[in-house]
Amino acid sequence: MSTNIKMNKKSFNFGSALLTSLTYILLVLVAIVVLFPIIWIVGSSFGESTGLASATPIPKNPTIEHYKELFEKTKFSLWYWNTLKIALLNMVISVFLSTSAAYVFSRFKFKGKKFGMVAILVLQMFPSFMGMIAIYILFLNFGLLNNHLGLVLVYAAGQIPFNTWLIKGYLGAVPKALDESAMIDGATKTQIFFKIILPLSKPILTFVALTQFMAPWMDFILPRLLISSNEKKTLAIGLFELIKGQTNQNFTMFAAGAVLVAVPITILYVWLQKYIIQGVTAGANKG
Amino acid sequence: MATANVNEQKPNIPDNGSKKMNPSLPAILSVFIWGLGQVVNKQFLKGLFFFAIQLLVVVVEVATGHYSKADLSEGFYLRENGGFFIKGFWGLVTLGTQPRTMGITGLTEGDHSIVLLINGIIALIFISVLIGIYYWNIKDAYKVRRTLNETNFVQTSREYLRDLWDGMFEFIVLIPSMVMLTLISLMPIIFGVLIAFTDYNKFHLPPTKLVSWVGFENFVNLFSLPIWTHTFTGVFTWTFVWAILSTVTCFFGGLFMAVVVNSNRVKGKKFWRTIFILPWAIPSMISLLVFKTLFNGQFGPISQFLVDIGLTAERIGWFTDSNHPNIARATIIVINLWLGFPYFMALMTGVMTSLDKEIYEAAKIDGATRSQEFWKITFPLVLAATAPLLIMSFATNFNNFNVIYFLTEGGPANPNYQFAGSTDILITWIYKLTLDNRMYNMASVMSILIFLIIGSISAWNFTRTKQFKEEEF
Repeated sequence: MSTNIKMNKKSFNFGSALLTSLTYILLVLVAIVVLFPIIWIVGSSFGESTGLASATPIPKNPTIEHYKELFEKTKFSLWYWNTLKIALLNMVISVFLSTSAAYVFSRFKFKGKKFGMVAILVLQMFPSFMGMIAIYILFLNFGLLNNHLGLVLVYAAGQIPFNTWLIKGYLGAVPKALDESAMIDGATKTQIFFKIILPLSKPILTFVALTQFMAPWMDFILPRLLISSNEKKTLAIGLFELIKGQTNQNFTMFAAGAVLVAVPITILYVWLQKYIIQGVTAGANKG
Repeated sequence: MATANVNEQKPNIPDNGSKKMNPSLPAILSVFIWGLGQVVNKQFLKGLFFFAIQLLVVVVEVATGHYSKADLSEGFYLRENGGFFIKGFWGLVTLGTQPRTMGITGLTEGDHSIVLLINGIIALIFISVLIGIYYWNIKDAYKVRRTLNETNFVQTSREYLRDLWDGMFEFIVLIPSMVMLTLISLMPIIFGVLIAFTDYNKFHLPPTKLVSWVGFENFVNLFSLPIWTHTFTGVFTWTFVWAILSTVTCFFGGLFMAVVVNSNRVKGKKFWRTIFILPWAIPSMISLLVFKTLFNGQFGPISQFLVDIGLTAERIGWFTDSNHPNIARATIIVINLWLGFPYFMALMTGVMTSLDKEIYEAAKIDGATRSQEFWKITFPLVLAATAPLLIMSFATNFNNFNVIYFLTEGGPANPNYQFAGSTDILITWIYKLTLDNRMYNMASVMSILIFLIIGSISAWNFTRTKQFKEEEF
């Protein structure tokens, strides 16, 4: 009997060890696949030659030549600043609009509420192209073309439906009893909003602020449509144009630009991933 | 007395001397002059407010139109004399009657159909709001008079405003959002829908040509002209297949990785999770452009590598091979997997850690194997928790412009398609139709169809969510 148990223990250990090594091999393989493009682009940005054909992941003679080129030959820093401006503006306006709307939808009954909620749902389904021409002409009439504010307005308006719904779902978990006791103490609706609701919604507000900050960095279609002058371009347009067509020539400059854009955002993302995941699961649980 | 006089049973409110008036009278007065009814009800500020709005409407109309004696000398024409509202409406219906023409001294005066259309839509939106105010004006006059008759109590305008602020707090807070949504989301959508019923494309470009209403002709063409139908069915099928495959691969990929990292064998979970979350953290536009260069057929390293180690005889054109479009399609799906699995992995990890451990212990006691534990407990629970997001992911991928456009720009080229390539999905096709080929009307038709499909799916998904079910309407 003891032999049996011993044998079982042995085979169990061997099988288990095998599985564990397989697991780690799998993890390493996936990590390689995940990291390869990243290493490649970072390496290329430090490589010596300019073409795509001669780019290597691990540069032989690392140089920051391309980074210098990027700032000298293109208006990269201007694009960076433009996009940063737009991102910050969008973040502030979007959080304000969606949170106030969510507060109203979550806490009050009023005429047209049902209509409002359905409208919010319906509005987000339309592919944005349909409206592109209309927005173009509308902005043309109001002098908002080639204007960062116009861009921000479109971003902020576009995120209202989804984020209002998201924040509203989150507010559903904040007990209405808090509101009621505050009202008994004489607080106005505005005071309740700023002193009770806002502080309690920090996680979801962080999520919304973060996603709205990051959105303009990656958006291509809207700036392509509304921005025409070189000075007002955003990063998305600038970088895309670097490798459109002349892939071979400007590739390493593009690599440098890509690294400069990706690094801060990635760090931001990883640092705040707790909030992002919370926000995403809030969509699932309370949604 | 047997029957008490009703008046004597009322509390002692001083009679302010107003006679009992038929409530319809102020209402009718307000029909003609906004606010007049309110004035009769002794609510002067309110009356002034409504009257001011009516005045505003008239002033805007007259100021933006041409109503002077000289202008009207030849009679009243909607086109020549109308102001913002009237001409707006006219523009909407006719889309202009006189195009601008190229004369010796440059472009002559004329109608720009699209500007007319947009101004018409805006005018229509304003008119709807004004009608709402008009109706409020009449109803208010009626109701206040009726209350006045019954209680002899008149609310001063100031008190009314205070009550209004309190009662309308919701509306007032919502106003900036509503205005922005109306102008920037709603108006363009109405515009887009209407364009689908016109002939607005590169053959009918204002201002030198007029655009006209063509009814359902575009829709009919889409389904009757062979090349349009063929392109549409092809692109639509691929869009659907793409949406399903991309969502499913990322879902199971993420689930798989979540389970693996979550297993007890793995040490340093946080380390692995941080690495695996990188594709999600890096802005997707950047990653996509990087992949585009990685898989470049002519110069890219992957093609070069395969040739170097002898797997292929010549470089593979991943995205450019017209004879084997499925290579491009498969490559896109694989790249999208790289981009998309971290999101699901993070999601699943979060869901799995919130699962009740006791279920697993009970299952172990009952003798369940690892596999049974996963397929019968973990998987159904995770699926239930993430189903809405799965559907949302499907809808997002259906319209995933970035992935397709940045990797392949819709290519490889497909000569059998009208303006589309082999990896084009509906949304990128629409983009090409709009910006590159200026077939705005067909693009709008497609947009409406996309909306109908994705809209219904998303609406159905939404109605199944907790928020909707728990909502007390």
